Amino acid sequence: MRIGLFVTCLVDLMRPRIGFATLKLLESAGCEVIVPETQTCCGQPAWNSGDAPGAVALAKKTIAEFEGFDYVVSPSGSCGDQIRTEYPGMFAEEPEWRDRATALASRTYELTDFLVTVLKVDSVPGDYEGTVTYHDSCSGLRSMGIKKQPRALLAKLKGVTLKEMNGCEECCGFGGTFSVKFGEVSAAIAERKCDNILASGAHAVVGGDLGCLLNIEGKLRRMGDETTQVLHVAEVLAGRV
Amino acid sequence: MEIKSMHFKANASAKLADVVLQRNLKSSKGKFVAKRAEAIKDLDDFEGTRDAAAAIRNKVIDNLDLWLERFERKALDTGAKVLWAKDGAEVCRLVVEIARKHGVTKVTKSKSMLSEEAGLNHALEAAGIQPVETDLGEYILQVDNNEPPSHIIAPAVHKSLDDVADLFHKVHGTPRKTDIPALTREAREVLRGHFLSAGMGLSGGNFLVAETGSVALVTNEGNGRMVTTIPKVHVVITGIEKVIPTLEDLSTLMRLLPRSATGQSISNYFSILTGVKKPEEHDGPEHLYFVLVDSGRADVVGGDFHEMLRCIRCGACMNHCPVYQTIGGHAYGWVYPGPMGSVLTPLYAGIENAIDLPHAATLCNQCGVVCPVKIPLPDLLRKLREKQTERGLRPLTERIGLRLWAWVAQQPRLYALGASVGARYLKWLAGDTDRIRLLPTAPEWSLGRDFPAPQGKTFRELYAARQTRTKEST
Ligand code: SF4
Repeated sequence: MRIGLFVTCLVDLMRPRIGFATLKLLESAGCEVIVPETQTCCGQPAWNSGDAPGAVALAKKTIAEFEGFDYVVSPSGSCGDQIRTEYPGMFAEEPEWRDRATALASRTYELTDFLVTVLKVDSVPGDYEGTVTYHDSCSGLRSMGIKKQPRALLAKLKGVTLKEMNGCEECCGFGGTFSVKFGEVSAAIAERKCDNILASGAHAVVGGDLGCLLNIEGKLRRMGDETTQVLHVAEVLAGRV
Repeated sequence: MEIKSMHFKANASAKLADVVLQRNLKSSKGKFVAKRAEAIKDLDDFEGTRDAAAAIRNKVIDNLDLWLERFERKALDTGAKVLWAKDGAEVCRLVVEIARKHGVTKVTKSKSMLSEEAGLNHALEAAGIQPVETDLGEYILQVDNNEPPSHIIAPAVHKSLDDVADLFHKVHGTPRKTDIPALTREAREVLRGHFLSAGMGLSGGNFLVAETGSVALVTNEGNGRMVTTIPKVHVVITGIEKVIPTLEDLSTLMRLLPRSATGQSISNYFSILTGVKKPEEHDGPEHLYFVLVDSGRADVVGGDFHEMLRCIRCGACMNHCPVYQTIGGHAYGWVYPGPMGSVLTPLYAGIENAIDLPHAATLCNQCGVVCPVKIPLPDLLRKLREKQTERGLRPLTERIGLRLWAWVAQQPRLYALGASVGARYLKWLAGDTDRIRLLPTAPEWSLGRDFPAPQGKTFRELYAARQTRTKEST
């Protein structure tokens, strides 16, 4: 099974170790993973900012780079959702591209969904020990149905105890460009999320989207919390990379 | 109503700094959400009901002219008069004319968002006619210097019990009380006289039923009944999109409306009002007028935002919106707040008058999943952003920045270089700490939070190095 790994621009820039953790998880499950060198961004920032032509150009580029694989896997529900949900609707006037987008969409998965739904893994290599609470990121949760998958995988780790926070499905306030256009509102929403994280008493908050995690970590630290770890689910599941 | 949506950002900051409002928002947050979650459990097929409701609304808005004509014909048969208003100014003119014709000097009102859109109270006062809001929330706002509503279902939700206690003490000149039943009784005593002396009652309409020419009213306080049955004249003001085909359809929509709005399986009062008082009937108005208002709706038909016309004004989208929960409804600057308002305000009050609103959302889609008629609100917000870009309404720096970024992202080598430089720059900003206190490239981010430091090299660099190592070792 040949997998194209869509790293995401944020992981590339900020947290390469999440990319390596993803690689490790897929490879240890027996997949052949290829990382197309020319990949950049799925185009979501352009799409959500109202720059349709820019988004369409990036969608075409991504489709061309990834359509040769059996599956496309990404450590992000948000980018995965862009490819799976948004791409097919972008090409109303270009039926050929629409068909290619639709074909790619049906083979595109968020990491934990892929591990559970397609690979049906029995075990994961991680060795994290501690109490974690899970933040459900919006696109993954509401568009791609990512809810049970990461929890099922975390449950495979003996040392991990999951302690749900209040409002785990509520938005953390990130919202991509929203976080820099309406910084104050965004940070105020993040504060509510962080209050819930802290109240859960968990050692770490875990999630599947780096954007949300950067937002949460930045807010926790500004609130004076120095101890709660903020981890991508791939890092927890993969252990040392 | 005057539109202040251009100042959304400044308004939002002010609302965040308003200690009393923040306390009130915190204490009301989640109440409607929890109640709705509980209430939808009694429907065995909630999703199926949503689909059915969306289909009913689609059927109407896809052929709106036809359904309006059917409604009009039926309504005329029941003895009502049907008037059409192009915009808010025409609403005001028509209502003042009706009042004058019947020699009315006082009008009791039950809740109507269209009256807010039109700024009707102001117009009535200017014509020497006294408008009296009788919905408790609206009454509170009216006596508080005509404050605008902050929510479409619970107009005074931004106020606390203490706020209302102070207000009533001040305007009624009565001893201050904080007991809710006592406060309600006090408002009732004031309103009772108005109910009996008003010459005309004015209401909104939740639905217009084409099959029977009726208006359906969903209320919780009973004031709607007083307003629509005691005075000799009843005027219904509602948007042209509110029509539905049949009573059967009404029952489907009513399974969703109160549950989505307040989490009630049925509202305390639910009236279906048909026609004028017949000779054998004891109460009801002798004159019934429908003022059916366009105010931008007809232009939405058949366009990119057509689906928005399905809206049944339940308010679930705002109750569940993280932005609304954080700043309340006033910051949105016009009649409709929250996600539905961020779509409706640009459509009805001008896209150029509400530049911030379509962007004032995280696109979390919490609104989309709770909307009882399945309006894809995030998609519509995104489409509005596209329209803004197409019309050159976004700031030049933002447009150039986005374009440049999208162009670079299409040049993999250049992009890779940019990312390496960016990662190192951010790492440098963080110094030997794990965070950046002030992001020079995006200062807004830093207003309320730090920015975590990057690892320092990009994934693609590290991956390439790893590939080389693997090759060398084999
Ligand atoms: S958009 Fe949907 S959720 Fe919002 S008020 Fe209208 S019907 Fe209710």
